[in-house]
Amino acid sequence: MNYLIGAFKPSCNISITFSDAKTRKQVPLKKESGQAVLVPLFQSQENISGKISIEPIQGKKVEHNGVKVELLGQIEMYFDRGNFYDFTSLVRELDVPGELYEKKTYPFEFSTVEMPYETYNGVNVRLRYVLKVTVSRGYAGSIVEYQDFVVRNYSPPPSINNSIKMEVGIEDCLHIEFEYNKSKYHLKDVIIGKIYFLLVRIKIKNMDLEIRRRESTGSGPSTHVETETLAKFELMDGAPVRGESIPIRLFLSPYELTPTHRNINNKFSVKYYLNLVLVDEEDRRYFKQQEITIYRLQETS
Amino acid sequence: MILDGIGDEEKWLAEGIAGIQHHAFYMHRALDANNLRDALKYSALMLSELRTSRLSPHKYYDLYMRAFDELRKLEMFFKDESRHGVSIVDLYELVQHAGNILPRLYLLCTVGSVYIKSKEAPAKDVLKDLVEMCRAIQHPMRGLFLRSYLSQVSRDKLPDIGSEYEGDADTVMDAVDFVLQNFTEMNKLWVRMQYQGPGRVREKHEKERSELRDLVGKNLHVLSQIEGVELELYKDTVLPRVLEQVINCKDELAQYYLMDCIIQVFPDEYHLQTLETLLAAFPQLQPTVDIKTVLSQLMERLSNYAASSTDVLPEFLQVEAFSKLSSAIGRVIEAQIDMPIVGSISLYVSLLTFTLRVHPDRLDYVDQVLGACVKKLSGTTKLEDNRAIKQVVALLSAPLEKYDDIVTALTLSNYPRVMDHLDNGTNKVMAVVIIQSIMKNNSCISTADKVEVLFELIKGLIKDLDCTSADELDEEDFGEEQNSVARLIHMLYNDDPEEMLKILCTVKKHIMSGGPKRLPFTVPPLILSALKLVRRLQGQDGEVVGEEMPATPKKIFQILNQTIEALSSVPSPELALRLYLECAEAANDCDLEPVAYEFFTQAFVLYEEEVADSKAQVTAIHLIIGTLQRMNVFGIENRDTLTHKATGYSAKLLKKPDQCRAVYACSHLFWVDDQDGVKDGERVLLCLKRALRIANAAQQMASVTRGSSGPVTLFVEILNKYLYFFEKGNPQITSAAIQGLVELIKTEMQSDSTNVSPAPDAFFSSTLRYIQFQKQKGGVMGEKYSPIKV
Repeated sequence: MNYLIGAFKPSCNISITFSDAKTRKQVPLKKESGQAVLVPLFQSQENISGKISIEPIQGKKVEHNGVKVELLGQIEMYFDRGNFYDFTSLVRELDVPGELYEKKTYPFEFSTVEMPYETYNGVNVRLRYVLKVTVSRGYAGSIVEYQDFVVRNYSPPPSINNSIKMEVGIEDCLHIEFEYNKSKYHLKDVIIGKIYFLLVRIKIKNMDLEIRRRESTGSGPSTHVETETLAKFELMDGAPVRGESIPIRLFLSPYELTPTHRNINNKFSVKYYLNLVLVDEEDRRYFKQQEITIYRLQETS
Repeated sequence: MILDGIGDEEKWLAEGIAGIQHHAFYMHRALDANNLRDALKYSALMLSELRTSRLSPHKYYDLYMRAFDELRKLEMFFKDESRHGVSIVDLYELVQHAGNILPRLYLLCTVGSVYIKSKEAPAKDVLKDLVEMCRAIQHPMRGLFLRSYLSQVSRDKLPDIGSEYEGDADTVMDAVDFVLQNFTEMNKLWVRMQYQGPGRVREKHEKERSELRDLVGKNLHVLSQIEGVELELYKDTVLPRVLEQVINCKDELAQYYLMDCIIQVFPDEYHLQTLETLLAAFPQLQPTVDIKTVLSQLMERLSNYAASSTDVLPEFLQVEAFSKLSSAIGRVIEAQIDMPIVGSISLYVSLLTFTLRVHPDRLDYVDQVLGACVKKLSGTTKLEDNRAIKQVVALLSAPLEKYDDIVTALTLSNYPRVMDHLDNGTNKVMAVVIIQSIMKNNSCISTADKVEVLFELIKGLIKDLDCTSADELDEEDFGEEQNSVARLIHMLYNDDPEEMLKILCTVKKHIMSGGPKRLPFTVPPLILSALKLVRRLQGQDGEVVGEEMPATPKKIFQILNQTIEALSSVPSPELALRLYLECAEAANDCDLEPVAYEFFTQAFVLYEEEVADSKAQVTAIHLIIGTLQRMNVFGIENRDTLTHKATGYSAKLLKKPDQCRAVYACSHLFWVDDQDGVKDGERVLLCLKRALRIANAAQQMASVTRGSSGPVTLFVEILNKYLYFFEKGNPQITSAAIQGLVELIKTEMQSDSTNVSPAPDAFFSSTLRYIQFQKQKGGVMGEKYSPIKV
């Protein structure tokens, strides 16, 4: 058995280190196994540089047809598991074919890499960035090592950010007017608003504000939509009467939100909605959903 | 769903308490460990117990108090940043992450209070935020308790003047705005409770609601405690806004309670200065609100305020408190058509009390109030409602008590008009009250006009009012009432005879209508009072007799004659007879022979025609004799006629002893022990002899009918008469006659040894002892007596 294991064991260890690993911010990334590991954080246009060390196992030599490192941006659809669509692929050749007897270190650098999409982990789709080191070998199969990293892109505050104001109702039953102070919120933003009751003929028990995420994957007839409720925030307790106005103040920071993603590489979209839900005493629900845009604002640390 | 019974409610409360204790335990652990995250988590869970809808306000309060205690501990923790390491600003955000609104807001208020204390933000901003955010609780009971919590934690942190949280220029306004807003919202919630639940449990709901009223009212109390709420601010902002809310809520319970609250919590001085605004609110309240109680409270407070110091009185005048109150009451009564009559009257009572205390000098005000009351009553005939009657009595009694002097009340033109609306029984009670007040204060009614008014007031006592049947009257009560009228008549007095005469005429006019049952009570005081006047006239103006005076004794006697005549026809002959005699005597003193004679004639006529009872005859004849004896105005002829009559009647009495006594009494008619009195010794002796004869006859009759002779008392009595005239020097009475009489008595006594009664025996022996004494005394009298042997 030991022999067998030894036969499939890679005959060398490959390690990838970033040049600014000590100072670069690390963020948790959820792996497929469910565990979260800390990985470095980048944004678009950054230089990604570092060193790659290849150390053959004691007393062995490694013959290879060349060593290369790739930077890949991939989209993985869960219904099509295992198939990656690379939207970004950059390659650096590190070594010409030859033999390795001892540990060898190669520096690498991808400068001002264009990484337009953010890392995303959804219900049905995943977008990831990875460094892939390949030691190519002819017959024995290549030795490959991956290093994930996370990309987040920041947006400036939008120049136009109108409030959302709307009057909705059911004739002779319920008329309300609600207002959210913006249509675009950053991830740590706070939603301020109010609900004004113009007509109330039903006995309302309570009112909630929900944050819903709508993830749609695929395109055309095979589009797949998944909706999650990320937050359920009670706004009001009891039955209001005509003329009451109820304040809204919802802090977004406690929730695990991502920016809105629109048509990422024609593969998927992630949209956010505020859903105002009124529940009457017979547990009937009356709701109105409004899309909001979420963006990532540069954090001032 | 709230109706599942008391047992269930107990169970739910117990569950709620257990829940709170459970989460509080973990919260304490988190606090001990300085673990903010867990502290927030468990406190939110604990507060979630307050989300229940199943408890009645009373039980919910229990639950609330437990949570409240726990929140104090949490607040201590929040205060100490070193324990949790989060700045207060961040903490203020952090608690707002809670998903459920009710726990979130309780926590927010708790942190908010710490936030204000930290002074990292102006108090007004935090307060404004809190009071706004609390809007999210629209459930009436939960909202009330939450806002009550807010009020509780913020009351020592208002940006009041002089407070450490004082802000910029408008700082008080901020404090006031905050409290007012919280008050308004709480009141809305409170009012809204009314509309919950089906009709059959509404009553229960109303009861529960009223249990919560203090939560609302507390806000007004807080307002009144704000230092910076000075008169101007109160006038311009606080009161109008509170009133606006009170009026707009259109809820009976709330309006009543809150109006009362306003009156109770704010200083009297403010009320006085804002009277117009305050009063203007009343007619706008719901018609079912018990305005009278509230208004009465207000007037009560104001009058106490007025009584507290004389310095404040000018203020009352300045703001025309009376006319404002008066017109406000008018408007309220007008607006509330359905208000029972008792309500309006009690309002007038309060106003009257107020007037009497604040403006004791303004009788016109009092009259105005009474007038308004009359106007209100004029729609109805007699009052039926007992409570209303009570109120009217209170209304009428108030001026009497205040002024100690009925005279004042008599000038109130509306006073009798109010009384007209009372039923007969109450009218009498009121009349008695009036009389008692006069008696108590010893006030004298001194003009005929006033007397006229007074009698108009007490006419319930003076005559039978319609539909009073005699048999329903209690004799004793009636007697008492009439006695008080009699006493009253004595209180009518004026030094000026002319006026006094007018008074008497007025009284006479009234009492004459009193009917047979009253006259015996009322006529004597009138007569006596008139005689008093006669004597006064006789004393002072002997020299003007004969001139054409309006008030001469003669005239008075004419009036008296008519009056007594009425009495005799009642019939009450004995009384009339006595009064005739009184008059006769007075006429005698005035030297009016014909008048005196007339009175005597009347007396005799009465005696002849009306006095039938033998006992009454005895009394009457003795009265006649006694009076006649003192008369000196008569000429011989007249006197003879009268004495003759008297003697004749005496001898015609039924019983012999009575005859005997009357006859020997008649002897005095012929011997007046005055300087120029009649001294007819012979006729005296005649009388005495006649008496002796009658005594003898009586003695014989006794021995015939009973087998033994009667007591000798009559003889001893006659002996005493003999001795009297003997001493007075009647020449016809000799010592021999006396001696004979003594012997006679002795014989009689011996012959009747079997039946010796001690009384006449003792009487006789003391008479003998007297004779002995006179003998031994010596002197002229001793000499006179010496021939008599005993």
